[in-house]
Amino acid sequence: MSAVVDLSSAEREVRDKAAMASPVSDRFVTDAALKPAFFDWLCRMGDNALVLGHRTSEWCGHGPVLEEDIALANTALDLIGHTQLWLGLAGEVEGRGRDADQLAYLRDAAQFRNLLLVELPNGDMGVTLMREFLFDAWHHACLSWLIAHSQSPRVAEIAAKAIKEVTYHLERASDLVVRLGDGSGESHARMQAAVDLLWPYTGEMFKSDAIEAELVKAGIVPASETLRETWERTVSEIFEEATLDMPEDGYSHLGGKQGRHTEHLGFILAEMQFLQRAYPGASW
Amino acid sequence: MYAQLIKSEGMKSREEMSQEEIAFQERVDRGEKIEPKEWMPEGYRKTLIRQIGQHAHSEIVGQLPEGNWITRAPTLERKAILLAKVQDEAGHGLYLYSAAETLGVSRDELLEKLHSGEMKYSSIFNYPTLNWADMGAVGWLVDGAAIMNQVPLQRTSYGPYSRAMIRICKEESFHQRQGYAVMMKMAFGTPEQKEMAQDALNRFWFPALMMFGPSDKDSVHSAQSMAWKIKINTNDELRQKFVNETVPQAEYLGLTIPDENLVWNEEKQGYDFSEPDWSEFFEVIKGNGPCNRERLGARVKAWTDGAWFRDGLSAYAEKAAARRAAIVAAE
Amino acid sequence: MSKKEWPLWEIFIRGQHGLNHRHVGSLHAPDAEMAINHARDVYTRRKEGVSIWVVPSVQITASSPSEKGPLFDPAESKTYRHPTFFDIPEEVGKM
Repeated sequence: MSAVVDLSSAEREVRDKAAMASPVSDRFVTDAALKPAFFDWLCRMGDNALVLGHRTSEWCGHGPVLEEDIALANTALDLIGHTQLWLGLAGEVEGRGRDADQLAYLRDAAQFRNLLLVELPNGDMGVTLMREFLFDAWHHACLSWLIAHSQSPRVAEIAAKAIKEVTYHLERASDLVVRLGDGSGESHARMQAAVDLLWPYTGEMFKSDAIEAELVKAGIVPASETLRETWERTVSEIFEEATLDMPEDGYSHLGGKQGRHTEHLGFILAEMQFLQRAYPGASW
Repeated sequence: MYAQLIKSEGMKSREEMSQEEIAFQERVDRGEKIEPKEWMPEGYRKTLIRQIGQHAHSEIVGQLPEGNWITRAPTLERKAILLAKVQDEAGHGLYLYSAAETLGVSRDELLEKLHSGEMKYSSIFNYPTLNWADMGAVGWLVDGAAIMNQVPLQRTSYGPYSRAMIRICKEESFHQRQGYAVMMKMAFGTPEQKEMAQDALNRFWFPALMMFGPSDKDSVHSAQSMAWKIKINTNDELRQKFVNETVPQAEYLGLTIPDENLVWNEEKQGYDFSEPDWSEFFEVIKGNGPCNRERLGARVKAWTDGAWFRDGLSAYAEKAAARRAAIVAAE
Repeated sequence: MSKKEWPLWEIFIRGQHGLNHRHVGSLHAPDAEMAINHARDVYTRRKEGVSIWVVPSVQITASSPSEKGPLFDPAESKTYRHPTFFDIPEEVGKM
């Protein structure tokens, strides 16, 4: 009994870990001129992690084999952790007292800044893993740049924390793409179908806009198009090993980074935000 | 418990036992662990496969009622905690299947028996999770009831089962507490939250009591399982212990246990309480619980949809091994 | 239904630098590399390890239980293998 009334140690551990980062000083965090763009870009990073983490968590209990069920949950947990870091910093930069939870649970779809790629439905394991691979290859390149070059110490710090996990995500996803691509006839066909389905959503990762340009000028973030070369190298190497064809570059679906989403995001948010919306102000 | 209504063997008297059986029983009595491949009575092996298998099935079916709420968890932290907990259940299923496999049955065989309905899982997971407080009630009551059984099972006579239980108990120490922490938030929150908490308790109380299985007087063959130390306490002992520990926890939350007959009995130093409706229990076991169809359906779908994935990876492993062999042959 | 069940692997984890690998359990995987990945996800969820070994379960040769007596009993008579067998005078100090 006494053991139970004592507040959960697991919860405390999670909280302590999140609070551990004593903020390093970073002049950009309070830079008023840069604020709108910086906030927006941090939401892009946070929302990618949030929405992909949400999608990945949908597999929990429904995976094709226990070992994979567990691995997918690990990936989702990592992404939720990244969300807390990016959106936490976004809230600080915004300076209106909103924390990561409020940003995740109380913005509507038009305020979300994630790539369209991450909000697409999971499909089969082929689509899920291919999406993860295509995203991870970009994510890894982006975080690597931030660690090496970002003039914002806070951004570099978050990137350095996240990259350890993302490196594993990329290795794991690459390995599975190769194995399934070069596996059975059916697994090959499903992986190729996943590539063809997702390819038009990859162009958005490399598309710059005015908001990004401001931050590129300040030396905080990479210009999106500069990540393409690394990404393409990773993808083409893996596809070759996986015996998968890289589609011709064609049309790109755009808009996620500016808040124009697919229909899917609205449903994700309806589910995710339900309790916060139905019982405003309650503490959970 | 997670393993209810396990069909065991009739108890043999010492006169009926062979020399091997007597030696085996003496080892168990001395508290020695029985390890895979050592001699064991066929009934011991079969009962263990049924019990560990049912326990493993309960872990993976048990992912579903809570998994239900992962995408609706109200904060990022709650989402992470719940996901970690449900993931642990997958891990526990995995450990238990591994323990069962040391008895000469494969995991895929056990899963087939789950999918065909030949093997069962705990009745509790056929009840729906309807509001967020259910995440609290499941952790507090369902994991709480499970722990009652699992802690003593760490001492069970079969080595691999005992070791799996030790690992599970270590990892589960946070599950019940996180459930109670959710209950505290709800019970001490807004009036609507408190209402959800009470509603969750109302719906989960009797199903939680059913987890311990029918009363000892109706419980078949438990004497043999207890002699073999694959069952450590009787159903009624554990149920009584659970009620005794849970009632003050509910009082602390300011919630009412939905049983008018619940009263402290000074003489037995425990609570008197109403028996659950055992006809409901047997209906749920038979497949007529509110969620039987959905739960088993979800497991079968995951397995069937995943076949190409598992086969694709097997195909790659075979190709890769053949390539390696060809390189070695060429050298 | 899958055509073929993934083989079973025994997992050994070195908990900290300098310690022995210890058997922690088993899991299924199509080959050794994936068994290592699975072991990382399944058995080090709480940061329990620095190194992983995986061995196909079928490759383990175990002493047969009936040999348990002959294999281990002789050691019981060799009590001189244990440090407490030897009395060292206290004035020699810690040894």
